[in-house]
Amino acid sequence: MKGDANTTYDDAAPAPITVDLQLSVNDQLYPVTVDTRETLLDTLRGRLDLTGAKKGCDHGQCGACTVLVDGRRVVSCLTLTVSVDDRTITTVEGLGSGGALHPLQKAFIDHDALQCGFCTPGQLCSAAGVLAEAAAGWPSLVTPRSPPGAGPEAAGCSHDPAAPPHDPAARALPDGPPEPVRLGEEEIRERMSGNLCRCGAYPGIVAAIAEVAR
Amino acid sequence: MRPFAYHRPSTVAEALEATGTSTDVMYLGGGTNLIDLMRLGVVSPGTLVDVTRAAPATVEETPGGGLRVGAGVRNGDLAAHPLVRRGYPMLAEAVLAGASGQLRNMATVGGNLLQRTRCAYFQDVSKPCNKRSPGTGCPARAGDHRNLAILGHSDSCVATHPSDMAVALAALGAQVHVEGPGGAHVVPMPGLHRLPGDEPDRDTVLAPGELITAVELPPPRPGGRSRFRKARDRASFSFAVVSVAAVLEVDGGVVRDCRIALGAVAHVPWRAEAAETALRGAPATEEEFGRAADAELAAARPLPLNRFKVALARNLLVRVLADLAEAR
Repeated sequence: MKGDANTTYDDAAPAPITVDLQLSVNDQLYPVTVDTRETLLDTLRGRLDLTGAKKGCDHGQCGACTVLVDGRRVVSCLTLTVSVDDRTITTVEGLGSGGALHPLQKAFIDHDALQCGFCTPGQLCSAAGVLAEAAAGWPSLVTPRSPPGAGPEAAGCSHDPAAPPHDPAARALPDGPPEPVRLGEEEIRERMSGNLCRCGAYPGIVAAIAEVAR
Repeated sequence: MRPFAYHRPSTVAEALEATGTSTDVMYLGGGTNLIDLMRLGVVSPGTLVDVTRAAPATVEETPGGGLRVGAGVRNGDLAAHPLVRRGYPMLAEAVLAGASGQLRNMATVGGNLLQRTRCAYFQDVSKPCNKRSPGTGCPARAGDHRNLAILGHSDSCVATHPSDMAVALAALGAQVHVEGPGGAHVVPMPGLHRLPGDEPDRDTVLAPGELITAVELPPPRPGGRSRFRKARDRASFSFAVVSVAAVLEVDGGVVRDCRIALGAVAHVPWRAEAAETALRGAPATEEEFGRAADAELAAARPLPLNRFKVALARNLLVRVLADLAEAR
């Protein structure tokens, strides 16, 4: 239609471009037809009736829409649905298994890690990602440069931005897979900084994640 | 948002062919900035070429002892990579200082370098902006410029480049590998980005259709110690107000060599060459570090609301250098 001189729709909005694809969400395949502009968040909520992931800011700044793509936490509000048709998606609805709560969900309840609950699905998916990242030895900004497990000082070292860098000898990492990072309160707070909670339930959230990480 | 066609090639050659030299086509990496800008109406490409399956996504040692980082490597993977943590801890720190865990899992190395300024006027299509719409003016000069440039800005634009990673790459002297319709070439950092001049709509020296394929890090300097440090308005998940990346080599109390870059002070990651010149051969003392910082910041032209950045940049630079010198 575009460029057709006979059309009466010259000033109309250009036609959407749609794509047929299959999405793998929570171990289920969903055939969908989506507009290329559609985000994963809108597809999950609007087409698949998976309304756990929430639209908070829709700009990647609040984390309420966090889901796992191939096991990694991402913000679904900045993920195009067409870009993840070959990926495996897990939402908060798929975190637990066989009707049982995920340990994080149980811990969030036990620690009163929420008030209104709007941010909770994103907090849970993000926390699941944090556990996996720490288990794989991924550092955060507050992780000491020296390898985790090098000693009680290194493992429990709090990050002082004014402190000088560690000795170069201690900085060398061993060959082989990195050791898991122990998730204390400081690590959890830094790693969870992409998830906001307007109710301020942070102390409970941190305690819940710390319990599962132990 | 304008409807767009979506392509997802599996090789760089296919990506280049799908794009040609069209300015209506944009490469899509992690999308953490581009999708947002499209939603805001700041950019409206007719076609997206998703290069996340095409751009190399590996970190490999080079024959010369450096590292070649594929442009498709996600920020989270880069910061966690053992070879990066061992040889370039400053780069890992810079990446980890940026964004959130979710965004680092999405963002690619190439996309990080090509992200746009977060100047509020650039992102608000109801306001004039010479970078977004050339010739419309710059309200930031008379408006909110607290977080904007103090160095190298022009009458037409006072925006800053938001990347932390790029500041570390500038201090490391990384080489950016580019492929495009005109062939392949290499751009040394910080030369990828350009000062605004009277063409602030051009962030980089890349030509239409060119794609960043890799970033090559030179071998770590023996005896060189490095650090990235960022001052920001909150402790995490916040853009830099000022950042410093520095590599310092001290021998017998004297600075043998150094490479310094400042972030969030200019339209580019700002290589502090005047400070470096002042430091080479000078005693590694806080007094000399202050003198070097002053030499660099003599060129600063702060605006009324960001004068504090000059003092902040000075203090941050002196602190980083002093820490690096003391740690030896």
